[in-house]
Amino acid sequence: MTTTYGPLAIWAVVLVVGALTFAIRYSFIYLLGRVSGVPPRIERALRYVPAAVLAALVAPAMVDPGATVAATLLDDHLLAGVVGAGVAWLTENMFATLVAGMLTLWAVGVVL
Amino acid sequence: MPTVPDDFLAGIRATLPLLLGLIPFGLVAGVAAVDAGLSPAQAVGLSMVVFAGASQLAAVDLLARDASLAVVVLTAVVINLRMSMYSASIAPYFESLRRRVAALCAFLLTDMSYAIAIAEFTDGDAQSASDDPSETGTTDRRWYYLGAAAFMWFVWQLATVGGVVLGASIPESWGVSFAVPLVFLALLVPELSDRPRTVAALVGGGVAVVGAGWPLNLGLLGGALAGVAAGVVVDGRAPA
Repeated sequence: MTTTYGPLAIWAVVLVVGALTFAIRYSFIYLLGRVSGVPPRIERALRYVPAAVLAALVAPAMVDPGATVAATLLDDHLLAGVVGAGVAWLTENMFATLVAGMLTLWAVGVVL
Repeated sequence: MPTVPDDFLAGIRATLPLLLGLIPFGLVAGVAAVDAGLSPAQAVGLSMVVFAGASQLAAVDLLARDASLAVVVLTAVVINLRMSMYSASIAPYFESLRRRVAALCAFLLTDMSYAIAIAEFTDGDAQSASDDPSETGTTDRRWYYLGAAAFMWFVWQLATVGGVVLGASIPESWGVSFAVPLVFLALLVPELSDRPRTVAALVGGGVAVVGAGWPLNLGLLGGALAGVAAGVVVDGRAPA
């Protein structure tokens, strides 16, 4: 799929996301001395942002609910994801995870 | 007196083991941007200005589906909210810097530069009785941080350019777009270090799967928020 947005919209996204991301990064570096730190309740919530966001990004690309349980589980993307997750857990290495996942996807594509 | 270039170089050296993750991640960011229909200049511009891989990939993915621009921006911002934690954690070490330098340091703040810097800084805290938090006994923190962070920014741009060039020549049938969720997976797995985080991931992923067909592509955002809420709830119930 490719976007139908024009250059103006894309550049606007680049600049707005860039500006807001900078504001997040600069926030407490700028504020230090004026506030004493992140309020504990917010800090607790922020702790779970990476796990929740990353899982929300990963899951729909690997789990595609099919007509039957078997069809859902025997999906090439899910199998590649399971192998990738295993390699990520064992190695904590992005390159190894990428290679294992892509090779599994291609291998399963040949078999299934 | 610590010499400036030495600490800058020491910062660069500290990043070397991470390049094996950073370079393929940047390549994927470049490939994905071009695949989504961004021009090479837009793809590299995104990497230069935003410099936050996960949010770049999510934004590009949503753009490719013609999601509303508000959803694109909001999703990217939610993904980057975690950096406010890094900002708070590292702020004391940047307190004595001039405002412009502090802003530059903030612009270069990422998961990786934070991890490298905080390891060095807290190590220095243990060794040094110095009152100035911008210096430890042996390391000028500003130069060490800038060495690591600026070098990673530079490598990120090179990798993105590499991805842009590659992306134009890889046939779609190879399924290379699957590299994007694999990158996220590689970042996700080490996060699952305790029960609340694991629950946050299960709920976040589950809601995102269910919400894959939701209007405005709100499934990702909904999953992220539900996952965070679930993590907080489980955390609150855990014995202190």
